[in-house]
Amino acid sequence: MTAVIEKAAGPELAPGPRPGTQFAGRRRPGETLIRMVLRLAALLTMVTTVGILIALLIPSLSFFAEVPVWEFLFGTRWAPRFADASFGAIPLITATLWTTVIALLVAVPFGLGAAIMLAEYAKPRTRSILKPVLEVLAGVPTVVYGFFALQFVQATVLREWLQLPTGAFSVLAAGLVMGVMIIPTIASISEDAMSAVPSALRQGSAALGANRMQTTLRVVFPAALSGIVAAVVLGVSRAVGETMIVAIAAGSQARIVTNPLEQGQTMTGFIANAALGDSRVGSLEYNTLFAVGLLLFLITLLMNMISIRFVRRFREAY
Amino acid sequence: MTTTRHAPPATVRVSAPLGTGTHGDRKPGPMLFLLLLWLSLLVAFGVLATLLITILMDGWGKLSPQLFTNYPSATPETAGARPAVLGSAWVIAATAVFTLPLGIAAAIHLEEFADKKRWFNRLIELNVQNLAAVPAIIYGLLALGFLSLLQVQNKNIVIGGALALSLLILPVVIIATREGLRAVPREIRDASLALGATPWQTVWRQVLPASVPSIATGSILALSRALGEAAPLLVLGALVYITFDPNGLMSGYTTLPIQIFNWTGRPQEGFHELAAATSVLLLAVLLLMNALAIFIRNKYQKRW
Repeated sequence: MTAVIEKAAGPELAPGPRPGTQFAGRRRPGETLIRMVLRLAALLTMVTTVGILIALLIPSLSFFAEVPVWEFLFGTRWAPRFADASFGAIPLITATLWTTVIALLVAVPFGLGAAIMLAEYAKPRTRSILKPVLEVLAGVPTVVYGFFALQFVQATVLREWLQLPTGAFSVLAAGLVMGVMIIPTIASISEDAMSAVPSALRQGSAALGANRMQTTLRVVFPAALSGIVAAVVLGVSRAVGETMIVAIAAGSQARIVTNPLEQGQTMTGFIANAALGDSRVGSLEYNTLFAVGLLLFLITLLMNMISIRFVRRFREAY
Repeated sequence: MTTTRHAPPATVRVSAPLGTGTHGDRKPGPMLFLLLLWLSLLVAFGVLATLLITILMDGWGKLSPQLFTNYPSATPETAGARPAVLGSAWVIAATAVFTLPLGIAAAIHLEEFADKKRWFNRLIELNVQNLAAVPAIIYGLLALGFLSLLQVQNKNIVIGGALALSLLILPVVIIATREGLRAVPREIRDASLALGATPWQTVWRQVLPASVPSIATGSILALSRALGEAAPLLVLGALVYITFDPNGLMSGYTTLPIQIFNWTGRPQEGFHELAAATSVLLLAVLLLMNALAIFIRNKYQKRW
């Protein structure tokens, strides 16, 4: 509709004297200017992306000029500040993997459970109470989650109550709390996906004699699967990128983590920690930050692309 | 209704509303399933309650006016978070000034003027979605790289932090604004255009005013996210010992989340209480902002 009107309003289609209205009319330099400004604002989002890439790439390139990519990706010792420095990212990667896997073990079942509850079982009134609570969970600052992980989960629950042989920090505490942080992400996207499943499918299933559990698990769940996968993938990307919880509760020793009760340094934990020491711009230490940042960015970018693709699929299906 | 002895699933219960499929819900399997569903909600509730309670208990003793009036110090007894409170206020105000006009403008372009069939506009949309999920700490690195490029020596300045946080929440503001604009029905635009308004007049006088509540809601939620975010500021060196009031865009600063992080990392128990008290303060502000957003959404949002 707008397209038609815009065309009629174009100056080349308005020859000769016009009747009383300004409908088609004259050029409006003010409006052209406004549109330019709006377009520039939208372009700025592209500038941000290019900026991120350049900001990460330039220091990373000078990092990789000194440290071979191969050694960075597959080296097993991470000691960027020692005299005999070594830059193998495997310790950082194992710690990141541990926290991510633990977080997903918490977030996926409970997030999906909450989503099913909200989408399939809850009455509108129950839902209008439960949903804001999940939103509050999403709004708690990660630094507060980190404090909670260190002071309560690690110190009180794991060490005092469960008497687990663990030190002041562990990837387990960080991962568990991170999982709770991710529950709302997974719950809200999978709930969207399940709510988007047409109720005709549910009624059909009920008409065949299925109960609500069978309908949920065998009809709604498969129909919403792409949205659910998208939610999980996005959860992975949030877990990989989360910083403050791991910086506070996971510890700062970069070594290969073989047991969740150990402490470990994740990729984000390293960036946060290394940024505290004021490294000179252009030094190898400074460039190391950006090399790890680039790896992190590429991993999360890949995850986001996969997630977006799956979201598209479920949106288009109905 | 007949009660069948063999109870095949074909039993019809006319009394139940059509299509709910509650038949057979009381068998053990479905009951267990429902129990598990409740359990998963309970985990969310339970952790939230535990978090609030433990933090309140830890921080109760330190929740005093001193927290607002005193500067950080080496002894927990006299330490306060005054510079962090002011620093947070400065950074968030600057972030709001940078982000909101930009984000709303970009959203208007994408939603109202951009030709969605062109590959470039589709690329921008995809890009906004991607930016929304980039880890916060990457925005810190971006700002760090940018300030280094400008040869800025002291990177811990309000404008640097605001830059990182603005870019962080820009996609959030854009996405929320677009949803608000999309909720305004086609007919409003058509009517305006039919009365002779130009496309821009239509947007400015009809569409935007109609979507102010949802834009406000989205903006408040985005700013509350920025207020709680620590990672990018950490990278920019906001973890410093500040004993003055931040007083401008070029001033050094620290913020509440950074102050919490700082106190969490100290060995003395007194600092942990301070961290808890500051967390309570931060959570209270965030909850107020969230409540305000929900209030605006419920009170002013029109259902067309």
